[in-house]
Amino acid sequence: MTDIPHFHHALKIKDDLCIGCSHCMAVCPTEALRIKGGKARLNDNRCVDCGECFKACPVSAIIIEHDDFNKIFEFTYRIALVPAIFIGQFPDGASIRQIYSILMEKGFTHIFEVEQGVEVLIEAMNEKIRSESTIKPLISSFCPAIIRLIQVKFPALVENILLLKPPLDISALYCKKQLMDSGVPESEIGIFYITPCAAKIAAVKSPVGDDTSPITGVINMDFIFNKTYRSLKHSSTDTCQIPLNKPLTGKALRWSLTDGEADNLEGSSLAIDEIHNVIEFLEKIENDEITDVDFLELRACDESCAGGVLTTANRFLAARRLKHRAEEKNLDDDFSEKETDISDYKSYLNQHITIGEVKPRSMMKLDENMSEAMKKMDKANELIKQLPQVDCSVCGTPNCAALAEDIVQGKAKLNQCIFIQKKLEQKGKLPPQKSIDIIKEIWGNNKLENNI
Amino acid sequence: MHFEFKVEGGNFSKAGAASSEVKKILKQLNVDPKIIKRIVVALYEAEVNIVAHAYNGIIYVDINTKEIKTQLIDEGPGIPDIQLAMQKGFSTASPEVREMGFGAGMGLANMESNSDVLI
Repeated sequence: MTDIPHFHHALKIKDDLCIGCSHCMAVCPTEALRIKGGKARLNDNRCVDCGECFKACPVSAIIIEHDDFNKIFEFTYRIALVPAIFIGQFPDGASIRQIYSILMEKGFTHIFEVEQGVEVLIEAMNEKIRSESTIKPLISSFCPAIIRLIQVKFPALVENILLLKPPLDISALYCKKQLMDSGVPESEIGIFYITPCAAKIAAVKSPVGDDTSPITGVINMDFIFNKTYRSLKHSSTDTCQIPLNKPLTGKALRWSLTDGEADNLEGSSLAIDEIHNVIEFLEKIENDEITDVDFLELRACDESCAGGVLTTANRFLAARRLKHRAEEKNLDDDFSEKETDISDYKSYLNQHITIGEVKPRSMMKLDENMSEAMKKMDKANELIKQLPQVDCSVCGTPNCAALAEDIVQGKAKLNQCIFIQKKLEQKGKLPPQKSIDIIKEIWGNNKLENNI
Repeated sequence: MHFEFKVEGGNFSKAGAASSEVKKILKQLNVDPKIIKRIVVALYEAEVNIVAHAYNGIIYVDINTKEIKTQLIDEGPGIPDIQLAMQKGFSTASPEVREMGFGAGMGLANMESNSDVLI
Protein backbone atom coordinates (compact mmCIF):
# COMPACT_ATOMS: atom_id res chain seq x y z
CA MET A 1 0.00 0.00 0.00
CA THR A 2 1.43 3.33 -0.99
CA ASP A 3 0.72 6.49 0.92
CA ILE A 4 -0.46 8.97 -1.66
CA PRO A 5 -1.15 12.36 -0.10
CA HIS A 6 -4.84 13.03 -0.60
CA PHE A 7 -4.97 16.66 0.25
CA HIS A 8 -3.47 19.84 1.51
CA HIS A 9 -2.75 20.20 5.21
CA ALA A 10 -2.37 23.55 6.89
CA LEU A 11 -0.58 21.97 9.85
CA LYS A 12 3.17 21.80 9.32
CA ILE A 13 5.91 20.57 11.61
CA LYS A 14 9.00 22.79 11.71
CA ASP A 15 11.85 20.29 11.97
CA ASP A 16 14.30 22.91 13.21
CA LEU A 17 12.04 23.70 16.18
CA CYS A 18 10.67 20.21 16.95
CA ILE A 19 12.32 18.71 20.04
CA GLY A 20 10.73 15.29 19.55
CA CYS A 21 8.87 15.39 22.86
CA SER A 22 5.93 13.34 21.52
CA HIS A 23 3.25 15.48 23.18
CA CYS A 24 1.56 15.84 19.79
CA MET A 25 1.61 12.10 19.18
CA ALA A 26 -0.12 11.48 22.50
CA VAL A 27 -3.09 13.73 21.69
CA CYS A 28 -3.67 12.99 18.00
CA PRO A 29 -7.18 11.49 17.74
CA THR A 30 -6.43 9.67 14.47
CA GLU A 31 -2.96 8.38 15.46
CA ALA A 32 -1.44 10.28 12.53
CA LEU A 33 1.86 11.08 14.28
CA ARG A 34 5.04 9.09 14.94
CA ILE A 35 8.50 10.04 16.22
CA LYS A 36 11.50 9.27 14.04
CA GLY A 37 15.00 10.72 14.17
CA GLY A 38 13.99 12.88 17.12
CA LYS A 39 11.25 14.64 15.16
CA ALA A 40 7.49 14.30 14.92
CA ARG A 41 6.38 12.84 11.58
CA LEU A 42 2.87 13.34 10.19
CA ASN A 43 1.01 10.76 8.12
CA ASP A 44 -0.84 13.05 5.72
CA ASN A 45 -3.51 10.50 4.95
CA ARG A 46 -4.61 10.14 8.54
CA CYS A 47 -4.46 13.82 9.56
CA VAL A 48 -7.85 15.57 9.69
CA ASP A 49 -6.44 19.03 10.54
CA CYS A 50 -8.17 19.17 13.91
CA GLY A 51 -5.26 21.09 15.47
CA GLU A 52 -4.95 19.06 18.70
CA CYS A 53 -1.20 18.69 18.03
CA PHE A 54 -0.85 22.44 17.52
CA LYS A 55 -2.34 23.02 20.97
CA ALA A 56 -0.15 20.37 22.61
CA CYS A 57 3.22 21.46 21.19
CA PRO A 58 5.27 23.09 23.98
CA VAL A 59 7.77 24.74 21.64
CA SER A 60 5.48 26.04 18.87
CA ALA A 61 7.11 23.73 16.34
CA ILE A 62 3.74 22.99 14.75
CA ILE A 63 2.52 25.88 12.69
CA ILE A 64 -0.60 26.61 10.70
CA GLU A 65 0.51 27.74 7.29
CA HIS A 66 -1.60 30.60 5.99
CA ASP A 67 -1.35 33.07 3.12
CA ASP A 68 0.99 36.04 3.29
CA PHE A 69 -1.04 39.09 4.31
CA ASN A 70 0.56 41.13 1.52
CA LYS A 71 -1.09 38.84 -1.00
CA ILE A 72 -4.26 40.90 -0.51
CA PHE A 73 -2.57 43.83 -2.26
CA GLU A 74 -2.40 41.84 -5.50
CA PHE A 75 -6.09 42.67 -5.86
CA THR A 76 -7.95 45.91 -6.40
CA TYR A 77 -10.97 44.62 -4.48
CA ARG A 78 -9.73 43.14 -1.22
CA ILE A 79 -12.50 41.44 0.71
CA ALA A 80 -12.13 40.34 4.32
CA LEU A 81 -14.51 37.46 4.97
CA VAL A 82 -14.96 37.72 8.71
CA PRO A 83 -16.56 35.03 10.88
CA ALA A 84 -18.65 36.19 13.85
CA ILE A 85 -16.23 34.45 16.19
CA PHE A 86 -13.67 37.13 15.28
CA ILE A 87 -15.93 39.75 16.85
CA GLY A 88 -16.19 37.50 19.92
CA GLN A 89 -12.43 37.91 20.41
CA PHE A 90 -12.87 41.55 21.41
CA PRO A 91 -14.14 42.93 24.71
CA ASP A 92 -17.80 43.91 24.83
CA GLY A 93 -16.95 47.61 24.57
CA ALA A 94 -15.43 47.35 21.10
CA SER A 95 -18.02 48.10 18.43
CA ILE A 96 -18.28 46.11 15.26
CA ARG A 97 -17.91 49.35 13.31
CA GLN A 98 -14.65 50.12 15.11
CA ILE A 99 -13.26 46.64 14.44
CA TYR A 100 -14.21 46.72 10.78
CA SER A 101 -12.82 50.22 10.38
CA ILE A 102 -9.45 49.01 11.57
CA LEU A 103 -9.55 46.07 9.13
CA MET A 104 -10.15 48.60 6.35
CA GLU A 105 -7.20 50.69 7.56
CA LYS A 106 -5.01 47.60 7.31
CA GLY A 107 -5.79 47.33 3.63
CA PHE A 108 -9.11 45.59 3.01
CA THR A 109 -11.61 47.41 0.80
CA HIS A 110 -14.71 45.41 1.75
CA ILE A 111 -15.91 43.46 4.76
CA PHE A 112 -18.35 40.57 4.45
CA GLU A 113 -19.53 38.44 7.32
CA VAL A 114 -19.30 34.67 6.91
CA GLU A 115 -22.64 34.16 8.64
CA GLN A 116 -24.53 36.28 6.09
CA GLY A 117 -24.85 32.92 4.37
CA VAL A 118 -26.81 31.41 7.25
CA GLU A 119 -30.11 32.92 6.16
CA VAL A 120 -30.03 31.09 2.82
CA LEU A 121 -28.59 27.92 4.32
CA ILE A 122 -31.22 27.42 7.06
CA GLU A 123 -33.99 27.08 4.49
CA ALA A 124 -32.05 24.58 2.43
CA MET A 125 -31.12 22.57 5.52
CA ASN A 126 -34.68 22.42 6.79
CA GLU A 127 -35.84 21.24 3.40
CA LYS A 128 -33.40 18.31 3.54
CA ILE A 129 -34.30 17.51 7.14
CA ARG A 130 -38.02 17.50 6.29
CA SER A 131 -37.48 15.11 3.40
CA GLU A 132 -38.56 11.59 4.35
CA SER A 133 -36.29 9.93 1.84
CA THR A 134 -32.94 11.06 3.22
CA ILE A 135 -30.78 8.94 5.48
CA LYS A 136 -31.05 10.01 9.11
CA PRO A 137 -29.39 11.37 11.12
CA LEU A 138 -28.02 13.94 8.73
CA ILE A 139 -24.60 15.20 9.72
CA SER A 140 -23.75 18.87 9.27
CA SER A 141 -21.07 19.78 6.74
CA PHE A 142 -20.09 22.82 8.85
CA CYS A 143 -16.84 21.58 10.41
CA PRO A 144 -14.24 20.44 7.87
CA ALA A 145 -12.25 18.51 10.47
CA ILE A 146 -15.35 16.40 11.18
CA ILE A 147 -15.96 15.74 7.47
CA ARG A 148 -12.39 14.47 7.16
CA LEU A 149 -12.70 12.47 10.36
CA ILE A 150 -15.74 10.71 8.91
CA GLN A 151 -13.90 10.02 5.64
CA VAL A 152 -10.91 8.38 7.32
CA LYS A 153 -12.40 6.78 10.44
CA PHE A 154 -16.13 6.32 9.77
CA PRO A 155 -16.30 5.66 6.02
CA ALA A 156 -19.80 4.15 6.19
CA LEU A 157 -21.15 7.48 7.44
CA VAL A 158 -20.17 9.64 4.45
CA GLU A 159 -23.72 9.02 3.21
CA ASN A 160 -25.10 10.84 6.24
CA ILE A 161 -23.29 14.08 5.47
CA LEU A 162 -25.67 16.86 4.50
CA LEU A 163 -24.33 17.91 1.11
CA LEU A 164 -24.84 21.65 1.47
CA LYS A 165 -22.15 24.30 1.47
CA PRO A 166 -21.25 25.78 4.84
CA PRO A 167 -22.03 29.51 5.40
CA LEU A 168 -18.42 30.40 4.53
CA ASP A 169 -18.69 29.22 0.93
CA ILE A 170 -22.16 30.67 0.49
CA SER A 171 -21.01 34.10 1.68
CA ALA A 172 -17.92 33.94 -0.51
CA LEU A 173 -20.07 33.18 -3.56
CA TYR A 174 -22.40 35.99 -2.59
CA CYS A 175 -19.77 38.69 -2.25
CA LYS A 176 -18.02 37.63 -5.43
CA LYS A 177 -21.25 37.61 -7.43
CA GLN A 178 -22.35 40.94 -5.97
CA LEU A 179 -19.11 42.62 -6.97
CA MET A 180 -19.10 41.05 -10.41
CA ASP A 181 -22.68 42.21 -10.98
CA SER A 182 -21.55 45.74 -10.23
CA GLY A 183 -19.04 45.44 -13.06
CA VAL A 184 -15.88 44.37 -11.25
CA PRO A 185 -13.79 41.83 -13.23
CA GLU A 186 -13.30 38.53 -11.39
CA SER A 187 -9.52 38.79 -11.64
CA GLU A 188 -9.54 41.94 -9.51
CA ILE A 189 -11.44 40.33 -6.63
CA GLY A 190 -9.48 38.80 -3.77
CA ILE A 191 -11.56 37.13 -1.05
CA PHE A 192 -9.62 36.47 2.14
CA TYR A 193 -11.09 34.43 4.94
CA ILE A 194 -9.99 35.06 8.51
CA THR A 195 -9.85 31.57 9.96
CA PRO A 196 -10.15 30.37 13.56
CA CYS A 197 -8.68 26.93 12.74
CA ALA A 198 -6.45 24.81 10.50
CA ALA A 199 -9.25 22.65 9.15
CA LYS A 200 -10.90 25.58 7.38
CA ILE A 201 -7.62 26.32 5.59
CA ALA A 202 -7.37 22.73 4.41
CA ALA A 203 -10.99 22.92 3.26
CA VAL A 204 -10.30 26.04 1.20
CA LYS A 205 -7.05 24.74 -0.31
CA SER A 206 -8.44 21.31 -1.16
CA PRO A 207 -12.22 21.30 -0.86
CA VAL A 208 -14.02 18.02 -0.19
CA GLY A 209 -16.97 17.43 -2.53
CA ASP A 210 -16.12 20.47 -4.70
CA ASP A 211 -13.40 21.13 -7.25
CA THR A 212 -12.53 24.67 -6.30
CA SER A 213 -13.26 27.14 -3.56
CA PRO A 214 -14.50 30.68 -4.25
CA ILE A 215 -12.07 31.89 -1.57
CA THR A 216 -8.75 33.38 -2.73
CA GLY A 217 -6.73 33.10 0.45
CA VAL A 218 -6.87 32.40 4.15
CA ILE A 219 -5.31 34.39 6.97
CA ASN A 220 -4.97 33.14 10.50
CA MET A 221 -7.23 34.81 13.03
CA ASP A 222 -4.54 35.27 15.68
CA PHE A 223 -2.46 37.23 13.16
CA ILE A 224 -5.33 39.56 12.22
CA PHE A 225 -6.43 39.86 15.85
CA ASN A 226 -2.99 41.04 16.94
CA LYS A 227 -2.88 43.58 14.12
CA THR A 228 -6.38 44.83 14.94
CA TYR A 229 -6.31 44.79 18.72
CA ARG A 230 -3.17 46.88 18.88
CA SER A 231 -4.80 49.57 16.75
CA LEU A 232 -8.00 49.35 18.74
CA LYS A 233 -6.02 50.05 21.89
CA HIS A 234 -4.64 53.20 20.30
CA SER A 235 -7.88 54.63 18.94
CA SER A 236 -11.01 55.25 20.91
CA THR A 237 -13.32 56.64 18.24
CA ASP A 238 -14.72 55.34 15.00
CA THR A 239 -12.30 56.58 12.43
CA CYS A 240 -14.24 55.91 9.27
CA GLN A 241 -17.77 55.49 8.11
CA ILE A 242 -18.14 52.36 6.04
CA PRO A 243 -21.24 50.91 4.49
CA LEU A 244 -22.00 47.64 6.21
CA ASN A 245 -24.18 44.70 5.43
CA LYS A 246 -27.47 44.27 7.18
CA PRO A 247 -26.53 43.33 10.77
CA LEU A 248 -26.37 39.60 11.36
CA THR A 249 -29.39 38.07 13.02
CA GLY A 250 -29.04 36.48 16.45
CA LYS A 251 -29.23 33.06 14.81
CA ALA A 252 -26.40 33.93 12.45
CA LEU A 253 -24.21 35.36 15.21
CA ARG A 254 -24.57 32.14 17.21
CA TRP A 255 -24.26 29.77 14.24
CA SER A 256 -20.60 28.84 14.81
CA LEU A 257 -21.12 28.27 18.54
CA THR A 258 -22.24 24.95 20.00
CA ASP A 259 -26.00 24.47 19.38
CA GLY A 260 -25.84 27.27 16.78
CA GLU A 261 -27.20 24.94 14.11
CA ALA A 262 -29.07 22.47 16.32
CA ASP A 263 -31.18 25.14 18.04
CA ASN A 264 -32.32 26.69 14.80
CA LEU A 265 -33.39 23.76 12.69
CA GLU A 266 -36.59 21.80 12.42
CA GLY A 267 -36.88 18.24 13.63
CA SER A 268 -34.92 16.64 16.41
CA SER A 269 -31.35 17.92 16.50
CA LEU A 270 -28.36 17.27 18.69
CA ALA A 271 -25.10 19.20 19.02
CA ILE A 272 -21.81 17.62 20.07
CA ASP A 273 -18.52 19.45 20.35
CA GLU A 274 -14.90 18.33 20.94
CA ILE A 275 -13.43 15.68 18.68
CA HIS A 276 -13.25 12.80 21.19
CA ASN A 277 -16.90 13.34 22.11
CA VAL A 278 -17.72 13.31 18.43
CA ILE A 279 -15.78 10.06 17.85
CA GLU A 280 -17.64 8.39 20.72
CA PHE A 281 -20.97 9.41 19.24
CA LEU A 282 -20.12 8.46 15.65
CA GLU A 283 -19.38 4.93 16.92
CA LYS A 284 -22.99 4.77 18.09
CA ILE A 285 -24.33 6.14 14.83
CA GLU A 286 -22.45 3.42 12.97
CA ASN A 287 -24.21 0.73 15.01
CA ASP A 288 -27.57 2.35 14.23
CA GLU A 289 -28.00 2.83 17.97
CA ILE A 290 -29.37 6.34 17.56
CA THR A 291 -32.76 6.36 15.91
CA ASP A 292 -34.46 9.48 17.21
CA VAL A 293 -32.15 12.21 15.87
CA ASP A 294 -32.74 13.88 12.50
CA PHE A 295 -29.77 16.21 12.47
CA LEU A 296 -26.37 16.16 14.12
CA GLU A 297 -24.24 19.25 14.59
CA LEU A 298 -20.69 17.96 15.13
CA ARG A 299 -17.76 20.26 15.82
CA ALA A 300 -14.14 19.25 16.37
CA CYS A 301 -13.32 21.95 18.92
CA ASP A 302 -14.56 22.25 22.48
CA GLU A 303 -17.04 25.18 22.48
CA SER A 304 -17.05 24.86 18.66
CA CYS A 305 -15.37 27.72 16.77
CA ALA A 306 -14.91 29.73 19.97
CA GLY A 307 -12.37 27.03 20.82
CA GLY A 308 -10.65 27.21 17.43
CA VAL A 309 -6.90 26.81 17.75
CA LEU A 310 -6.24 30.22 16.18
CA THR A 311 -8.48 32.18 18.51
CA THR A 312 -6.95 34.39 21.17
CA ALA A 313 -9.78 34.93 23.65
CA ASN A 314 -10.78 32.30 26.18
CA ARG A 315 -13.37 30.10 24.45
CA PHE A 316 -15.99 30.38 27.17
CA LEU A 317 -15.74 34.16 27.26
CA ALA A 318 -15.80 34.46 23.49
CA ALA A 319 -18.91 32.28 23.31
CA ARG A 320 -20.62 34.33 26.00
CA ARG A 321 -19.75 37.61 24.28
CA LEU A 322 -21.26 36.43 21.03
CA LYS A 323 -24.39 35.27 22.81
CA HIS A 324 -24.65 38.69 24.43
CA ARG A 325 -24.31 40.37 21.08
CA ALA A 326 -26.94 38.04 19.66
CA GLU A 327 -29.33 39.13 22.41
CA GLU A 328 -28.57 42.84 22.20
CA LYS A 329 -28.21 43.53 18.52
CA ASN A 330 -29.07 47.18 19.08
CA LEU A 331 -25.44 47.79 20.05
CA ASP A 332 -24.64 48.47 16.42
CA ASP A 333 -27.84 50.04 15.27
CA ASP A 334 -26.15 52.87 13.39
CA PHE A 335 -25.34 50.72 10.39
CA SER A 336 -25.59 52.60 7.12
CA GLU A 337 -26.82 49.66 5.18
CA LYS A 338 -25.65 48.69 1.74
CA GLU A 339 -28.22 48.85 -1.01
CA THR A 340 -28.23 45.11 -1.63
CA ASP A 341 -28.24 42.21 0.76
CA ILE A 342 -27.91 38.48 0.51
CA SER A 343 -31.64 37.83 0.15
CA ASP A 344 -31.49 39.47 -3.30
CA TYR A 345 -29.16 36.65 -4.34
CA LYS A 346 -31.14 33.76 -2.87
CA SER A 347 -31.99 32.06 -6.13
CA TYR A 348 -28.42 32.33 -7.45
CA LEU A 349 -27.02 30.94 -4.20
CA ASN A 350 -29.57 28.15 -4.07
CA GLN A 351 -28.40 27.02 -7.50
CA HIS A 352 -24.89 26.59 -6.12
CA ILE A 353 -25.64 25.48 -2.58
CA THR A 354 -25.08 21.75 -2.92
CA ILE A 355 -21.70 20.06 -2.77
CA GLY A 356 -20.66 16.89 -4.57
CA GLU A 357 -20.46 13.43 -3.08
CA VAL A 358 -18.03 13.01 -0.18
CA LYS A 359 -15.98 9.87 -0.79
CA PRO A 360 -14.78 7.56 1.97
CA ARG A 361 -11.03 7.04 2.20
CA SER A 362 -10.61 4.76 5.16
CA MET A 363 -7.21 4.86 6.77
CA MET A 364 -7.96 2.05 9.20
CA LYS A 365 -7.19 -0.71 6.70
CA LEU A 366 -4.06 -2.82 7.12
CA ASP A 367 -3.99 -3.58 3.40
CA GLU A 368 -6.05 -2.85 0.28
CA ASN A 369 -6.38 -6.56 -0.35
CA MET A 370 -8.57 -8.33 2.18
CA SER A 371 -6.67 -11.60 2.32
CA GLU A 372 -3.39 -9.68 2.76
CA ALA A 373 -5.08 -7.59 5.46
CA MET A 374 -6.15 -10.79 7.21
CA LYS A 375 -2.57 -12.10 7.19
CA LYS A 376 -1.35 -8.81 8.59
CA MET A 377 -4.02 -8.79 11.27
CA ASP A 378 -3.09 -12.32 12.36
CA LYS A 379 0.53 -11.22 12.59
CA ALA A 380 -0.36 -8.03 14.47
CA ASN A 381 -2.46 -10.02 16.96
CA GLU A 382 0.51 -12.31 17.59
CA LEU A 383 2.81 -9.30 18.03
CA ILE A 384 0.48 -7.63 20.49
CA LYS A 385 0.79 -10.64 22.79
CA GLN A 386 4.54 -10.01 22.94
CA LEU A 387 4.18 -6.30 23.67
CA PRO A 388 3.82 -5.01 27.25
CA GLN A 389 0.51 -3.14 26.75
CA VAL A 390 1.70 -0.16 28.77
CA ASP A 391 1.50 2.23 25.81
CA CYS A 392 4.68 4.00 26.90
CA SER A 393 5.39 5.32 23.36
CA VAL A 394 9.15 4.83 23.73
CA CYS A 395 8.98 2.95 20.41
CA GLY A 396 7.95 6.22 18.71
CA THR A 397 4.34 5.17 18.12
CA PRO A 398 1.33 6.20 20.22
CA ASN A 399 0.63 2.75 21.74
CA CYS A 400 1.41 -0.97 21.57
CA ALA A 401 -1.40 -1.67 19.08
CA ALA A 402 -0.12 1.08 16.78
CA LEU A 403 3.40 -0.38 16.94
CA ALA A 404 2.05 -3.83 16.00
CA GLU A 405 0.13 -2.34 13.07
CA ASP A 406 3.17 -0.33 11.94
CA ILE A 407 5.34 -3.46 12.07
CA VAL A 408 3.02 -5.54 9.89
CA GLN A 409 2.90 -2.68 7.41
CA GLY A 410 6.68 -2.54 7.28
CA LYS A 411 6.89 0.85 8.93
CA ALA A 412 8.49 -0.21 12.22
CA LYS A 413 10.47 -3.02 13.83
CA LEU A 414 9.64 -5.07 16.92
CA ASN A 415 12.95 -4.20 18.57
CA GLN A 416 11.82 -0.57 18.78
CA CYS A 417 9.95 -1.74 21.89
CA ILE A 418 12.11 -1.11 24.94
CA PHE A 419 10.67 -4.14 26.76
CA ILE A 420 11.56 -6.38 23.82
CA GLN A 421 15.05 -4.83 23.85
CA LYS A 422 15.50 -5.75 27.53
CA LYS A 423 14.48 -9.33 26.84
CA LEU A 424 16.80 -9.57 23.84
CA GLU A 425 19.68 -8.10 25.85
CA GLN A 426 19.11 -10.64 28.60
CA LYS A 427 19.31 -13.45 26.06
CA GLY A 428 22.48 -11.92 24.64
CA LYS A 429 20.78 -11.29 21.30
CA LEU A 430 21.11 -7.53 21.39
CA PRO A 431 24.38 -5.76 22.28
CA PRO A 432 23.88 -2.70 24.56
CA GLN A 433 25.29 -0.38 21.88
CA LYS A 434 22.75 -1.64 19.36
CA SER A 435 19.85 -0.89 21.70
CA ILE A 436 21.26 2.62 22.22
CA ASP A 437 21.39 3.00 18.44
CA ILE A 438 17.74 1.95 18.11
CA ILE A 439 16.67 4.55 20.69
CA LYS A 440 18.75 7.17 18.86
CA GLU A 441 17.08 6.28 15.58
CA ILE A 442 13.72 7.03 17.16
CA TRP A 443 14.46 9.90 19.49
CA GLY A 444 17.53 11.48 17.88
CA ASN A 445 21.09 11.65 19.18
CA ASN A 446 20.87 14.36 21.80
CA LYS A 447 18.39 12.71 24.18
CA LEU A 448 21.06 10.20 25.21
CA GLU A 449 23.79 12.78 25.74
CA ASN A 450 24.70 14.39 29.07
CA ASN A 451 22.72 11.80 30.99
CA ILE A 452 23.77 10.33 34.35
CA MET B 1 -10.13 -15.74 10.96
CA HIS B 2 -11.97 -16.56 14.12
CA PHE B 3 -12.96 -14.29 16.98
CA GLU B 4 -14.94 -14.83 20.17
CA PHE B 5 -16.59 -12.31 22.44
CA LYS B 6 -18.33 -12.94 25.73
CA VAL B 7 -21.57 -11.08 26.39
CA GLU B 8 -22.92 -10.49 29.86
CA GLY B 9 -26.72 -10.66 30.21
CA GLY B 10 -28.33 -7.68 31.90
CA ASN B 11 -25.34 -5.35 31.64
CA PHE B 12 -26.60 -2.63 29.33
CA SER B 13 -23.62 -0.36 29.88
CA LYS B 14 -21.46 -2.89 28.01
CA ALA B 15 -24.03 -3.65 25.31
CA GLY B 16 -22.46 -3.03 21.91
CA ALA B 17 -18.85 -3.55 22.97
CA ALA B 18 -18.45 -6.71 20.90
CA SER B 19 -20.09 -5.10 17.86
CA SER B 20 -17.69 -2.18 18.11
CA GLU B 21 -14.72 -4.58 18.23
CA VAL B 22 -15.98 -6.43 15.17
CA LYS B 23 -16.51 -3.14 13.39
CA LYS B 24 -12.90 -2.14 14.03
CA ILE B 25 -11.65 -5.49 12.74
CA LEU B 26 -13.71 -5.23 9.55
CA LYS B 27 -12.42 -1.71 8.91
CA GLN B 28 -8.86 -2.93 9.31
CA LEU B 29 -9.58 -5.71 6.83
CA ASN B 30 -10.74 -3.11 4.28
CA VAL B 31 -14.24 -4.58 4.00
CA ASP B 32 -16.61 -2.35 2.00
CA PRO B 33 -18.12 0.25 4.39
CA LYS B 34 -21.65 -0.61 3.21
CA ILE B 35 -21.14 -4.27 4.11
CA ILE B 36 -19.61 -3.34 7.46
CA LYS B 37 -22.64 -1.25 8.23
CA ARG B 38 -25.06 -4.11 7.54
CA ILE B 39 -23.07 -6.58 9.59
CA VAL B 40 -22.64 -4.26 12.51
CA VAL B 41 -26.28 -3.23 12.59
CA ALA B 42 -27.39 -6.88 12.59
CA LEU B 43 -24.77 -7.88 15.11
CA TYR B 44 -25.50 -4.97 17.43
CA GLU B 45 -29.18 -5.87 17.47
CA ALA B 46 -28.34 -9.46 18.29
CA GLU B 47 -25.83 -8.49 20.96
CA VAL B 48 -28.35 -6.23 22.67
CA ASN B 49 -30.86 -9.06 22.53
CA ILE B 50 -28.51 -11.27 24.52
CA VAL B 51 -28.02 -8.49 27.06
CA ALA B 52 -31.74 -7.82 27.27
CA HIS B 53 -33.06 -11.38 27.40
CA ALA B 54 -30.38 -13.96 28.12
CA TYR B 55 -28.26 -14.77 31.18
CA ASN B 56 -25.04 -14.84 29.19
CA GLY B 57 -23.82 -15.51 25.68
CA ILE B 58 -20.88 -15.82 23.31
CA ILE B 59 -20.49 -14.24 19.90
CA TYR B 60 -18.41 -16.20 17.39
CA VAL B 61 -17.24 -14.34 14.31
CA ASP B 62 -15.67 -16.11 11.34
CA ILE B 63 -14.24 -14.05 8.55
CA ASN B 64 -12.85 -15.06 5.20
CA THR B 65 -12.67 -13.20 1.90
CA LYS B 66 -15.95 -14.81 0.73
CA GLU B 67 -18.17 -14.53 3.78
CA ILE B 68 -18.53 -13.11 7.23
CA LYS B 69 -20.41 -15.39 9.58
CA THR B 70 -21.53 -14.44 13.06
CA GLN B 71 -22.92 -16.99 15.45
CA LEU B 72 -24.54 -15.93 18.70
CA ILE B 73 -25.10 -18.58 21.30
CA ASP B 74 -26.77 -17.71 24.55
CA GLU B 75 -28.31 -19.29 27.60
CA GLY B 76 -31.69 -17.82 28.29
CA PRO B 77 -35.40 -18.45 28.61
CA GLY B 78 -35.83 -19.07 24.87
CA ILE B 79 -38.32 -17.61 22.39
CA PRO B 80 -41.71 -19.36 22.59
CA ASP B 81 -42.98 -18.23 19.17
CA ILE B 82 -40.21 -17.36 16.70
CA GLN B 83 -42.58 -16.26 13.91
CA LEU B 84 -44.33 -13.84 16.24
CA ALA B 85 -40.99 -12.50 17.45
CA MET B 86 -39.87 -11.86 13.87
CA GLN B 87 -42.77 -9.46 13.30
CA LYS B 88 -41.96 -5.78 13.24
CA GLY B 89 -43.00 -4.07 16.44
CA PHE B 90 -43.52 -7.22 18.48
CA SER B 91 -41.80 -6.72 21.81
CA THR B 92 -41.57 -8.44 25.16
CA ALA B 93 -39.42 -5.70 26.67
CA SER B 94 -40.33 -4.40 30.10
CA PRO B 95 -41.04 -0.68 30.55
CA GLU B 96 -37.62 -0.30 32.27
CA VAL B 97 -35.84 -1.68 29.24
CA ARG B 98 -37.87 0.48 26.87
CA GLU B 99 -36.96 3.52 28.92
CA MET B 100 -33.30 2.84 28.16
CA GLY B 101 -34.05 3.06 24.44
CA PHE B 102 -34.16 -0.67 23.80
CA GLY B 103 -37.03 -3.04 23.08
CA ALA B 104 -38.81 -1.30 20.21
CA GLY B 105 -39.68 -4.63 18.63
CA MET B 106 -37.57 -4.13 15.50
CA GLY B 107 -34.60 -6.27 16.49
CA LEU B 108 -35.15 -9.54 14.69
CA ALA B 109 -36.64 -7.84 11.63
CA ASN B 110 -33.61 -5.54 11.40
CA MET B 111 -31.27 -8.49 11.78
CA GLU B 112 -33.01 -10.25 8.94
CA SER B 113 -32.92 -7.26 6.61
CA ASN B 114 -29.22 -6.70 7.27
CA SER B 115 -28.16 -10.31 6.79
CA ASP B 116 -27.80 -12.26 3.56
CA VAL B 117 -28.74 -15.43 5.42
CA LEU B 118 -30.30 -15.56 8.88
CA ILE B 119 -30.51 -18.98 10.46
